Amino acid sequence: MSTIERLPLTHDAIPEGRRHIYDTDPVLTARDLVITFGRVIGLDGVSLDLYRGEVLAVIGDNGAGKSTLIKCLTGAYLPDSGAIHLEGERVHFRRPQDAREAGIETVYQQLAVIPALDIASNLYLGREERRGGILGSMFRMLDKGGMEKRAGQSVQDLGIQTIQNMSQAVETLSGGQRQAVAVARAAAFGSKVVVLDEPTAALGVKESGMVLEMVKQLRDNGLAVILISHNMPHVWEVADRIHIQRLGGCAGVITPQSHDMGEGVAIMTGAKTLSGS
Amino acid sequence: MQLRQVPTTRTARRAVASAAIVGLALTATACNRGSTSDSGSGGGDAAVGVTLITKDSTNPFFVAMQKGAKADATKNNVKLTVASGKQEGDDQGQITAIEDAVARGDKGILITPMSTGVNAAIKKARDAGLYVIALDTPPDPADTVDITFATDNRSAGKLDGQWAAATLDGKPAVIALLDLFDDKIVSVDYNRDQGFLEGMGIDVADPKKNGDEAKTGTYSGGKGGQYTIVCNEAGNGAEDGGRSAMEKCLAKNPDINLVYTINEPTAVGANAALKAAGKTATIVSVDGGCAGVSSVKSGVIGATAQQYPLKMATLGMEAIAKIARGGEKPKTTEGLDFFDTGVALVTDKPVDGVESIDSAKGADLCWGN
Amino acid sequence: MSSTSSTSAAAEFARRRQTPLQQLQHQLHRRPWLSPLFLLLVAFLAFFIATPTFLTASSMGILLQQTAVVAALAVGQTLIILTAGIDLSVGAVMVLSMMVMASLARDGGMPGLLALVIGVALATVAGLLNGLLVTRINLPPFIVTLGTLSIFTAIALLYSGGESIQAEHLPRLLNVLGEGFGIGSFRLTWGIVVVVLIYAVMAFVLSQTAWGRYVYAVGDDAESARLSGVPSRRILLGVYTVAGLIYGIAAWILIGRAGAATPNAIPDANLASITAVVIGGTSLFGGRGRLIGTLIGALIVQTFAFGLSQLGVDQQWRVLATGVLVIVAVAIDQWIRKVKA
Repeated sequence: MSTIERLPLTHDAIPEGRRHIYDTDPVLTARDLVITFGRVIGLDGVSLDLYRGEVLAVIGDNGAGKSTLIKCLTGAYLPDSGAIHLEGERVHFRRPQDAREAGIETVYQQLAVIPALDIASNLYLGREERRGGILGSMFRMLDKGGMEKRAGQSVQDLGIQTIQNMSQAVETLSGGQRQAVAVARAAAFGSKVVVLDEPTAALGVKESGMVLEMVKQLRDNGLAVILISHNMPHVWEVADRIHIQRLGGCAGVITPQSHDMGEGVAIMTGAKTLSGS
Repeated sequence: MQLRQVPTTRTARRAVASAAIVGLALTATACNRGSTSDSGSGGGDAAVGVTLITKDSTNPFFVAMQKGAKADATKNNVKLTVASGKQEGDDQGQITAIEDAVARGDKGILITPMSTGVNAAIKKARDAGLYVIALDTPPDPADTVDITFATDNRSAGKLDGQWAAATLDGKPAVIALLDLFDDKIVSVDYNRDQGFLEGMGIDVADPKKNGDEAKTGTYSGGKGGQYTIVCNEAGNGAEDGGRSAMEKCLAKNPDINLVYTINEPTAVGANAALKAAGKTATIVSVDGGCAGVSSVKSGVIGATAQQYPLKMATLGMEAIAKIARGGEKPKTTEGLDFFDTGVALVTDKPVDGVESIDSAKGADLCWGN
Repeated sequence: MSSTSSTSAAAEFARRRQTPLQQLQHQLHRRPWLSPLFLLLVAFLAFFIATPTFLTASSMGILLQQTAVVAALAVGQTLIILTAGIDLSVGAVMVLSMMVMASLARDGGMPGLLALVIGVALATVAGLLNGLLVTRINLPPFIVTLGTLSIFTAIALLYSGGESIQAEHLPRLLNVLGEGFGIGSFRLTWGIVVVVLIYAVMAFVLSQTAWGRYVYAVGDDAESARLSGVPSRRILLGVYTVAGLIYGIAAWILIGRAGAATPNAIPDANLASITAVVIGGTSLFGGRGRLIGTLIGALIVQTFAFGLSQLGVDQQWRVLATGVLVIVAVAIDQWIRKVKA
């Protein structure tokens, strides 16, 4: 099981109350991931550990390899070399579905919700539940009522009060509400890791606040969360650790307690390098 | 200029047409016409519903047919509805129009049947008590309709052939045959084509099949002589098709000196191809539309067999009105399985032994613009 | 108003305070087939007043018979348009299938059932081919079907030699959909029954199964659907294949209706089917629309054509009316969405 050696952690930088998270083995590990696109190097040997109940933020300049890293972890890309382990098992994701079936859910920047479909249909898109009996087995009839009910439950579990009617079309929702639907879908169905790609990018202050609360709720529910964001205040607000990508490699892992935003950005842009402590 | 001419001379032209028709010694037509106009002017009767269904509404031939019928509808106290397929080949459009006519309670239908595909619908209409007259093209089989009012396409072709043979004056004939279709068989296509060859005095083998005759041999028309058939190409009855068909033929043999064309637009296209290739050949055609007649006058077309579509529709309409008011049904022309509405060869180079009218007279009788 | 839109209580409040017009728009947005239905009813009323021969039992039977083939084709077209595609090859696939089944069965050459199955299977394969070109080579559906339109038309003409095959040369099975039953002078053909069945089955599939939901999802946002785990390419392939199957059945209906198999049947089938779909309220951008709307759309087109014909209006005016209908339908569609947004 634990044949993978953990990456070093700077326990000092983690607040006392949250250190227990790192007592267990990481749920997801990546070692020396390399991927190239022709002559362009996408990832240059990146490693990462992710623990249950933590929010790991990934920051980096455009082209630093954030998206590429995430796409390798979620099955959109297959790395040229390196290894990914989920709960100690080696995994090879060839399609996003593979990652999702293994329990890694992604909320994409473009949201991946279908505007014309209602909330319940979106939550269950790709894993619809059928009715019992011959209607379901032979006529493949969907259990619309059941799915709506359970969808309502999942939304409530995230503490989202503003969405009530599960048969409402997603296109009638606000940006934050849509984000909530996408996150609710990611958090449901017994997933282990939730990846959020720029969840607050298109939102106003109030809606961003709602989404950040939701991220904390996910973490508190015991999920491992990867948060990709350009918005440093949001990162510093919710992240437990911050993985900084630079030029295809990892420039270091910091915590909001060990470094402030200015230092984080300096490392990200290469103005400062993390002293190898 | 032509546009301005149309409204002012339409009535006059029709009068001339009527007179000329009598002059063409089609006695059956003359009788028929006289008696129907009597009952037509009787008044008092309720309007008789008649539907005219052409193949399309863009071919000048059908446009003229529709125009002529509309103009005469009021005179005969006929409530005329005009319909057509959307284009050549639109059987369903015609079927729909036939059904509509039945539902409307019309007394009769005038139709240029698209293909055998509409036969079933025609039968239904006749079962419902409508009198159905085919115009221009007899359906296959001919008894699908009550009667056909048509020009004799075979005799039209024959006139062309006889004239062409006489014009050649014993010289060898190198012939291009520009037909209508190569992807379907319609009677107008083989009747005109085979009629032309028969007129030339060439053995046509199967008279209902284009292109099965010997490619070389002798023709017996005129002074007789050697002939070579270079090609059977389809021009789809239009200028562009005629041009590319002729180009294909010229590629096979540049010495073509006689071109048969299914209609005048095809002839115009063929002439363009000849001109572009720097060749000259005698072109014969069929239809006798006004544009075609002016092509005869300008020398593009040597001779064209003129037909009278206005008369077909008008006579058909009158016949239906007459039957609906208790009159007699029309009978087929002797020796033919349809009612012949006549044909005349239009040429400015008359030859002995082939009756013809000149382009000036042809212009008086022509249809379309 | 817009500044408070983030709290949905306020939005809920605003919704309750809608004017009757806004409520109508809300309803139309939920049920985009309501406006064509309204149009159909108005047309019926108008023609009923205008001409005594319109709203009769026999005329209604004829109207349905005239609508049947295009209505059947429009089911396949709806599926494809729901995926934001378009199918220009509908008529060509149908004609090819029709000519093959008729030629095979001509004068007892092959049992009718076998010929029918081969013909319908061929149409299905033709649809599959469209689907493969769209999903594997990633060509736009417009281009793919523009190409296959010519290819299938040419094959049908080559195969049939351009000749029509009359009903009397065909086994009864191939003609049977033109036969029917009547209640008084109201005559329905079995072809109409088959069309109704196609609509019922596909409406169920679209609204009640996961596959149906995926069709909407792929059409609305293919990338999002793929990211959500919808097997987009498989769904698209399925849609084109099912459409082909439906065109094959339409070919069977058409033989019965025309009483013959002709290689030039319904030259504007592609445009007629697209017209029915669009008038029925389905968006050409995909993802929105209901099959019932398409049925109503097909009926509207035929009702106007038939009604105007009963009034003795010339054909060109009927064609013009259809054009106006298309534009009005799309305009209403846009209006509904604008208000909603």
